[in-house]
Amino acid sequence: MTVSAVKARNVLSGWAMVPRLRPTAAWALAPAAAVLFAFWLLPLAHLVLLGGQSRDGSDSGYWQGLSSAQYLGSLAQTCLLALATTLAALLVGGFSGFFLSRQRFFGRSVLVALLTFPLAFPGVVVGFLVILLAGRRGLFATLGLALVGERWIFAYSLMGLCIGYLYFSIPRVILTVMAACESLDRSLEEAARSLGANHWRVLCDVIVPGLAPALVSCGAICFATSMGAFGTAFTLGTRLNVTPVAIYNVFTNYANFAVAAALSVVLGLVTWAVLLLARRLAKDSRTVL
Amino acid sequence: MRRSTLFVGQLAFTLLVCAFMLVPVVMSLLAGLTRNYFQGLSSGLTFDWLVQVWQAYSPTVWLSLQLAVACALCVCVVGVPAAYALVRMNNRFSRAFEELMVLPVAMPGLASALALLLTYGQFGGFRSSWLFILVGHVLFTLPFLVRPVMAVMQRQHLPVLEEAAASLGAGPIRRFFSVVVPNCRAGILAGVLMVVTLSLGEFNLTWMLHTPMTKTLPVGLADSYASARLEVASAYTLIFLLMIVPLLVALQAISARLSRGANR
Repeated sequence: MTVSAVKARNVLSGWAMVPRLRPTAAWALAPAAAVLFAFWLLPLAHLVLLGGQSRDGSDSGYWQGLSSAQYLGSLAQTCLLALATTLAALLVGGFSGFFLSRQRFFGRSVLVALLTFPLAFPGVVVGFLVILLAGRRGLFATLGLALVGERWIFAYSLMGLCIGYLYFSIPRVILTVMAACESLDRSLEEAARSLGANHWRVLCDVIVPGLAPALVSCGAICFATSMGAFGTAFTLGTRLNVTPVAIYNVFTNYANFAVAAALSVVLGLVTWAVLLLARRLAKDSRTVL
Repeated sequence: MRRSTLFVGQLAFTLLVCAFMLVPVVMSLLAGLTRNYFQGLSSGLTFDWLVQVWQAYSPTVWLSLQLAVACALCVCVVGVPAAYALVRMNNRFSRAFEELMVLPVAMPGLASALALLLTYGQFGGFRSSWLFILVGHVLFTLPFLVRPVMAVMQRQHLPVLEEAAASLGAGPIRRFFSVVVPNCRAGILAGVLMVVTLSLGEFNLTWMLHTPMTKTLPVGLADSYASARLEVASAYTLIFLLMIVPLLVALQAISARLSRGANR
């Protein structure tokens, strides 16, 4: 049989879809595959099934979770909060990142280093920093007391949570935008300028479209981290009605495993859907971290 | 050199963002060293709070370090061969696998932790040992090693080097250890630093997976934020920052070197 005939037969029987594995290379993947399967895929499948179970004759976890106004409200609130944080981070981080990648001045690299540190801070520490900034005895409380005679306290509300999320979203956007700016084609901007476009026109018509794929995929991962950020909300107070806190409360206070599992699955699905959508929009083949 | 007003405006904005990031950190550092935060710096500086934190919480620091080192080792053993396989295969399957590997990071940590807890929680010995937390950390940090190692491998003309080694009679295992691994040392180092940094600070998974006997540093931090006085919590944060900032500085130095290598 000729090569083309083999190919034709493979295509006909769908064999071309099955990837050709190089034996040695595939063996090297085995440990990682085993870890992922045993400790992530299997537990996750268990979680999905558990969400469908019911306790003492009541409805399944999914139905209890999705029919309750409280849980739906918290899910909506979490999504809106994550969306607001993402947009604010993209705006602020995009502006600073673009500036930092285009200008060279004394102290620039130190500034970049300082701006990217908070990316590695855990959520609990970020929560504590927000309390120091806007808590009962925080900076803003002192400032407000001195200026208008009343304490400005917003750490323990959704506003505080949003500030906390900005802490680890802004550095991420700055890093991504700086990397994406390096690969922008400068000659397009020069062409636009030579055709008489001013700063704004160049920014809106050349630079932002050029950065759009990076902004979309970075925005998606900011959204995802904000959806799941439990540490910050935990430090700022478990009264905040966001889904991670709701899951934690259901699990520890009521030991209602079915609802906790169902809410986790729904939260994960929403996050995953946003990541997939972003990849489709950005025409990028991989999720940025 | 004269700069335009646009430049000054942008610089001012960026400095404002930087202040937003750093002012609370500086406040926390100062609070951890001040005798009485509510009276302010005039009450004097002291190391008493640090000593007090160390006496109460030093086991959490040791456990976190132990976890971070173990996690880095495990991730290396699992991740470097995986990165090699993914680079070598480079097909639909390997790209799907890479995505699968990233998912535990992109998904809410609470969901992964809950899944682990509800599936393996009934194995008492495993549940109460620090290995249970280690599993969570390995899942969470794996892509942060695999990605940089893959990036370095893709640049290094590995196939040519490997073919040379093979033509001299080296088998696959010998090739992996004497050609592949030495050629991506920089990527492995960058990945390991990132893994250690993330493992030291991981909270979302750890909070669900820990037991009173296995408290890590971030879990202890959450404890102290909830119950201890502000100075103690700040001093504890100071210890955490002292551990993590040198790692971050080293990480930035290495990634700067790596990206210079990429441009060359």
